[in-house]
Amino acid sequence: MSQTEAPVLHLEQVSRVHGQGAAQVHALRSVDLRVHPGELVAVMGPSGSGKSTLLTLAGGLDSPTDGRVLVEGIALGGLTRKKQAEVRRRAVGYVFQDYNLIPALTAAENIALPRELDGVSARAARREALAALEELGIDELADRFPDDMSGGQQQRVAIARALIGDRRLVLADEPTGALDSTTGETVLAVLRARCDAGAAAMMVTHEARHAAWADRVVFLRDGRLVDETAQQDAATLLVTAATNSVKGGDGR
Amino acid sequence: MSIRHGLLALLDQGPRYGYQLRTEFEARTGATWPLNVGQVYTTLGRLERDGLVAPAGEDEEGHLFYAVTDEGRAELRRWFDTPVPRTNPPRDELAIKLAMAVTVPGVDVPAVVQSQRRHSMKALQDYTRLKGQALAGDTGGEADLAWLLVLEQLIFQTEAEIRWLDHCETRLTRRQEERGQTAAASASAPAPSKRLRSRL
Repeated sequence: MSQTEAPVLHLEQVSRVHGQGAAQVHALRSVDLRVHPGELVAVMGPSGSGKSTLLTLAGGLDSPTDGRVLVEGIALGGLTRKKQAEVRRRAVGYVFQDYNLIPALTAAENIALPRELDGVSARAARREALAALEELGIDELADRFPDDMSGGQQQRVAIARALIGDRRLVLADEPTGALDSTTGETVLAVLRARCDAGAAAMMVTHEARHAAWADRVVFLRDGRLVDETAQQDAATLLVTAATNSVKGGDGR
Repeated sequence: MSIRHGLLALLDQGPRYGYQLRTEFEARTGATWPLNVGQVYTTLGRLERDGLVAPAGEDEEGHLFYAVTDEGRAELRRWFDTPVPRTNPPRDELAIKLAMAVTVPGVDVPAVVQSQRRHSMKALQDYTRLKGQALAGDTGGEADLAWLLVLEQLIFQTEAEIRWLDHCETRLTRRQEERGQTAAASASAPAPSKRLRSRL
């Protein structure tokens, strides 16, 4: 991961207020956050702390009351709706908490759809969709409809859809919510691999064990970014090195 | 943690010398519970005193081998067959620290919780990274599996600690809100009537 490269996602002093007057709710207050290429960031915090708002703003599904959201250096606020949708589709993969699959399309068709909208031929898009399904270990679901799948299966299809194409930014809202711990791990490993290959990702989770796959974990409380774990630092490297030397030793 | 039974388990697979026992113990458990060779020899001495192991000769390099006795094997079986007792939970420094923090005036308890959570989260990230490496380097051997299980135990334990810290934070906030309400209620409430006062 490179801190010198421009961030793929930059939230610049972003605030979001819902409602007006006495009923005003400050969902986010002056949040500043950068996600760089190769970086997986986990967002944690109690319910109502603004985690999901942060993600919808990052994905351009909602607009900040104050501040700017930049994806690959482009400020989403300055774009027409049509241009915004284009940036969103081309650069951003979004995993919704409730999956949002299209019921009338099969798993493979759901996954291929964003690529077809990108102008990729139906055939090539299907090929990519099948590869994405395979990466998540669910190739047998290709021709099934969402109604015919369990929650966990739908969730993995939704993740495959977010990862298809070379999307530089992946945003995921509780991507392991419906999955058992081993399947959840498969999904995180795929997300991790995608970031190691240069993508940037931000995921909201309330499970520390899942957040631990991230390079950085940020904590939100009452709409404020209150804390974060630092990037891999010297102490971390020492722990790893010590254990490696043991494991590298004469085991038998 | 039972070094005694750990060593018996290793010796059950054949005679070994002290340094070898230390290496094999750590191959299964990582550097999680580092064992110095002095501890190994002290424990072997006690095991021998109790008749659970016996010296089994030296090799040409002068390594003194130990072997498990029948009695030692029976003790090892007993260990596997009996659950680890939960009757005396190990002393937990963090629990003690928080128990003290809420009673000592002037301690910023939420700050204690938050800094601990940051620290534990980082540890959890480390363990997860190590687990990734362990999975990548897994040769399918028993020692690799043992190390993976130990790592996962650390992961689950650290996760439990973080969840407990989250819970502590919620509980503290609720307590503060309740106190705020009580304070506000007693400040704004009219003086209790004579009848009420007599009941108080």
